[in-house]
Amino acid sequence: MDYRIEVENLNVYFDELQVLKDVSLKISKNMVTALIGPSGCGKSTFIRTLNRMNDLIDTFRMNGTVLLDGGDIYNPKVDVVDLRKKVGMVFQKPNPFPKSIFDNVAYGLQVHGISDKDVLTEKVEESLKAAALWEEVKNKLDKSALGLSGGQQQRLCIARTIAVEPEVILMDEPCSALDPISTTKIEDLIHKLKKDYTIIIVTHNMQQATRVSKHTAFFLHGEIVESGSTDKIFIEPSDKRTEDYITGRFG
Amino acid sequence: MNRIISPKNAQKIMKVVFWASGILTILILLVIIGYILLKGLPVIDLEFLFGEPIDSGRAGGIFPMIVSSLYVTFIALLVATPLGVGAAIYLAEYAGENNIVRAIRFGSETLASIPSIIFGLFGLAFFVIFLGMGWSVLSGGLTLALMALPTILAASEVSVESVNKSYSEGSLALGATKWQTVYRVVVPAALPGITTGVILGMARAIAEAAAILYTVGAALTIPISLLDPARPLPLHLYIVATEGISLDNAYGTAAVLVMLILIITVVTNTLLDRYIKKMMGR
Repeated sequence: MDYRIEVENLNVYFDELQVLKDVSLKISKNMVTALIGPSGCGKSTFIRTLNRMNDLIDTFRMNGTVLLDGGDIYNPKVDVVDLRKKVGMVFQKPNPFPKSIFDNVAYGLQVHGISDKDVLTEKVEESLKAAALWEEVKNKLDKSALGLSGGQQQRLCIARTIAVEPEVILMDEPCSALDPISTTKIEDLIHKLKKDYTIIIVTHNMQQATRVSKHTAFFLHGEIVESGSTDKIFIEPSDKRTEDYITGRFG
Repeated sequence: MNRIISPKNAQKIMKVVFWASGILTILILLVIIGYILLKGLPVIDLEFLFGEPIDSGRAGGIFPMIVSSLYVTFIALLVATPLGVGAAIYLAEYAGENNIVRAIRFGSETLASIPSIIFGLFGLAFFVIFLGMGWSVLSGGLTLALMALPTILAASEVSVESVNKSYSEGSLALGATKWQTVYRVVVPAALPGITTGVILGMARAIAEAAAILYTVGAALTIPISLLDPARPLPLHLYIVATEGISLDNAYGTAAVLVMLILIITVVTNTLLDRYIKKMMGR
């Protein structure tokens, strides 16, 4: 089995508060892994550890190892800018920049030094097509992204992430602010993207986890209770707490 | 318990009081501007706007004063804008909450409350005499820059601070550096607020007489070089009125000054509106 990400004995603290306890998880290449669990269980903190977004928080401390393709991403020699180029992120609330649709997608390429107009145009079109948004926006690329609907904005954010050609895409409850139709579109998109990207998705929606993921990890109070194939976790969980959670007895 | 006024009536009375305060404020503004325009507009014609003053301003026009005003204000903003916006970005984006930051903020607030005549005195001692710039556009402009600085800084800091944090997160998550994020995402989003700050600073600088009284000279000719003396509109107004040269022309000058500020404000606001609409996709 080929692993893209290997997390071993990860502990994360904010000040004195321990948010993740001895978490170990292996994430396979080009597959969707769902992280489920009640609010405050550490799922978001976990994925934000994978692209070092937690570094922005002053009180963040961690120990343990996080390997991406075998390399420790917390090694002091690692350039966090390169890491984030390889590990993209889609946020809970769509957050396109207050710029044109074109500029939103071109932004990541531009900050990584691409300024050739033809290359940008081509990459923007390619990324928007990959994010299943091209047909809806191809005639208004110069219009502000903030004029799009929530679902379109979220697909734009996915396009923006794809444009810089990451290996991994982290999705932090990408549909929680969206209506059911937009949600379906995003899920279809995830199915399409999984052959090229390793996707890790945090979700509160059990059905969504079963629909989109091959693997699932169940978080509770900062620990992974159980992880494995999604089918197994949802059909015959080995831990009582997992069963209670997926059958809706708590959380 | 017997109330003198029932809560219902108290509510009605207070509503009228607040309404009256609002109306009174706008009335005061209208009366002042109306009075100035009423007295000043009859003096204004093409010769007044584009002519040179004759006999110390008793007759002729105020073209050199209009040029002086625009010139010193431009110099002031040229210096104060990068400084103020730069400090604001540092405070809002880079600095945490520490003693240096508190010192900068306290310094800026104190600077804002210093009377303008003190700025004038400092400008005279420092720019005119110590740095040897003499009575000039440069000395006056730099003195005005010091005055406009805290206004620009405060407004810019608030607007940079209030840029949606999710924009920065999105940018950093794409692998942009902090500086790229600030320069390409945060500052463009904060631009309307920053511009408003610059306009407020401009209004403060262009309307100032005391701060330039000792620094810019009082020449009646059009200033060309930075080291030429000049006579901006407020200073001309002050001299013409206090020395009893011509009260009519004082009103005319005042009206031109008011309209100049009005034009600059309206034009910038229109451009800003367009920018915001484009950015927000409305």
